[in-house]
Amino acid sequence: MSTDTPARRLPTGVREEEVPRAVDENEHTLSVLVENKPGVLSRVAGLFTRRSFNIDSLAVGETENPDYSRMTIVVTGDDPTVEQVMKQLNTLIPVIKVSNLTDDESVDRELAMVKVAASPEDRNEIMQIAETFRADIVDMGRDTVVIEASGDTEKVEALFDMLRQYGIKETVRTGRISLVRGEKSTED
Amino acid sequence: MSKSTSDADAEEGRRERKGAEALVEGLKQEGVDTMFGITGGAIMPVYDVLYDDEDVDHVMMGHEQGATHAAEGYNTVTGRPGVCMATSGPGATNLVTGLADADMDSRALIAIAGQVPTDMIGNDAFQETDTRGVTMPITKHNYLIKDEDDVPDTVQEAFYITSTGRPSPVVLDVPKDVSKNTTDAVRGELDVEGYSPNYEGHPRQIEKAAEKIEEAEKPLIFAGGGAVISEASPEVRELAMENDIPVTTSLMGLGVFPEDHELSLEMLGMHGTGYANRAVTECDLLVGIGVRFDDRATGKIESFAPKAEVIHVDIDPSEISKNIHANVPIVGDAKNVVGDINEAMRDRDSPDTESWLDTIDDWKQKYPNEYEQDGDDLKPQYVIEQLDELTPDDTIVCTGVGQHQMWAAQWYTYTEPRTWVTSGGLGTMGCGLPMTIGAKLGAPDQEVVCIDGDGSFLMTVQELTTAVREELDFTLVIINNYYMGMVRQWQELFHDERYAESDLPHLPRFDEIAEAFGARGWRLEDEEDVEDVLEEALEYDGPSVIDAIIDPYENVFPMVPAGSGNDEFIMGKGSQGSRIS
Ligand SMILES: Cc1ncc(C[n+]2csc(CCOP(=O)(O)OP(=O)(O)O)c2C)c(N)n1
Repeated sequence: MSTDTPARRLPTGVREEEVPRAVDENEHTLSVLVENKPGVLSRVAGLFTRRSFNIDSLAVGETENPDYSRMTIVVTGDDPTVEQVMKQLNTLIPVIKVSNLTDDESVDRELAMVKVAASPEDRNEIMQIAETFRADIVDMGRDTVVIEASGDTEKVEALFDMLRQYGIKETVRTGRISLVRGEKSTED
Repeated sequence: MSKSTSDADAEEGRRERKGAEALVEGLKQEGVDTMFGITGGAIMPVYDVLYDDEDVDHVMMGHEQGATHAAEGYNTVTGRPGVCMATSGPGATNLVTGLADADMDSRALIAIAGQVPTDMIGNDAFQETDTRGVTMPITKHNYLIKDEDDVPDTVQEAFYITSTGRPSPVVLDVPKDVSKNTTDAVRGELDVEGYSPNYEGHPRQIEKAAEKIEEAEKPLIFAGGGAVISEASPEVRELAMENDIPVTTSLMGLGVFPEDHELSLEMLGMHGTGYANRAVTECDLLVGIGVRFDDRATGKIESFAPKAEVIHVDIDPSEISKNIHANVPIVGDAKNVVGDINEAMRDRDSPDTESWLDTIDDWKQKYPNEYEQDGDDLKPQYVIEQLDELTPDDTIVCTGVGQHQMWAAQWYTYTEPRTWVTSGGLGTMGCGLPMTIGAKLGAPDQEVVCIDGDGSFLMTVQELTTAVREELDFTLVIINNYYMGMVRQWQELFHDERYAESDLPHLPRFDEIAEAFGARGWRLEDEEDVEDVLEEALEYDGPSVIDAIIDPYENVFPMVPAGSGNDEFIMGKGSQGSRIS
């Protein structure tokens, strides 16, 4: 059956000839429906640490049903790693459903605030940039403004890029939250 | 905090009682008749209930770690959850090693820990530890019960979770006020939304597996602890014997397949047989049943079963393709799945394995496990072989961790599941004696022996008190090399014979220690005394401790050095080994 196949596995446990392509790292958005109970966030966060998986961002809040919370977790890894992350999440008793939204048509948003140095000369320009990004000025000081922006990660990054020339003093981001578009529910 | 009693009173079985009583009542509803523990401030209300309880036999241990291992031993031989109990703080932290051990080896275990009263939690109260936080990564689930009304449901849920799917410990952290307050709550419908283990293998995957088996030329079954837990031994035997497929097991799988059968290759891996390791390297189909492809079993991943397609049967989806990619993953209970595969094989031809079995026979001739009685020193293998001779087939063998454990795995012949109790995944020295205690209490009618190491024995020696008090009849043989033998072996082979902190020249006389505890002790030094001493000890109705002084330089062979492929094993006798490839 397999007499002249190469006799080697990759460190991932996959036989060499079964992986024609190089494994590439990808960003995945996981939507995790959990019981809204004390300690659940700690279990999820602890699992990532314990298994040496990295979290790019994590946002959590109650759902339409107060018995549940939904976590949106962004992770970067190759497919087998992300599959392991999902399986491991499923071993946690309060985890009800884990969905990988990456391949789905999902709406992704995050909220960010950025404090930018704004001298009187630059202020107008900065406000114009904010307007272009449909971002709001939520605070204005003598030498700084705070801009609030929401959108997908690319939009927030683009806004930050534009503002960098004026001097970004501080930023804060909520992390991504995602829902599946259309009739389908995020848990399907 | 109790619910209003007006309607509830009318319901049958509802009565006001303390949270602690509700807890013990829950244990009884789960059929618990034996538990292991040590009392203390926060758990005293529960002990107070046990004081005049007639159904639950509480065994007081010498140390909470002992309680966990005893519960593990009890679980392994009975298949029912082991139960242990401790007070808050140091009592709870002493449970940690055993919980981690049970978690690694998938044992059903309930640990009940006392906790400071709810209104003091978070204040660093006397003997407060965040038990839930500490045990989170080493349990399947844990609960801090904050309301006495939740006691009945939580106990029910805990037992359900620990014993279904892939077993693993569940901790109940019980604050003292929860134990003392009264409640009339009773258990309701079991409802754990996020947990539904899958027991049945997918029919399409079963068919695929059967097809692969039919087509294979060099198939090999690799059975592990999961097959023991799911009682899949008869199904594994049928799959192998009906289709002439050889079987190797992991350390935890010993006994699933009778080692005296011609299709048995015994254990594979670091100290597995040469023939099992050759077979796994050459096979074209590996049927993993309840195994997790641990690194001590696989050796270097790159050269593990490199020519084989892998069928992987496991109840835990997260084990599939974790370490070794599965070509045919089947999530389900091993007993059901292998039973279904057997069913599917009835409509198919058995694989033609004649020449494969011939090859394996050659390897069996070429790489037998060997030792030599060369000097005056007693050989550990001989002692274990004699023990095997003198004890019945269904004897339960417990061990510590080290060389003696590996010799016990190699030189005793296992033919039945649930007769091998050891610490596999965690490798916990000191597990031997307390596991033996739990095993004997779980299987009082079976012969129970323990093959222990001198270093291991010393770590939990206080449990001799427990054994004597409980009048337990078992025989414990210390394979005494006056060394942390396994460490000494690695230092000899891989650290230029730099024996850092591994010699134990000042060990006490273990036979005298045993006598001082009220057990019986023997010192065994000569080969010609082995049979007599073993017979006497086995005969004695009580805890027997034999201090067998062995050749301190004896090494465990075969050996696959850590990081090498399984086919790069060192064969050898005594302290001498030579590389095969
Ligand atoms: C609790 C614990 N501490 C340390 C180790 C590391 N270790 C593994 S084997 C071993 C030596 C065991 O000595 P002994 O019990 O005398 O058995 P032997 O190897 O001599 O048969 C040690 C220290 C361990 N496995 N467990």
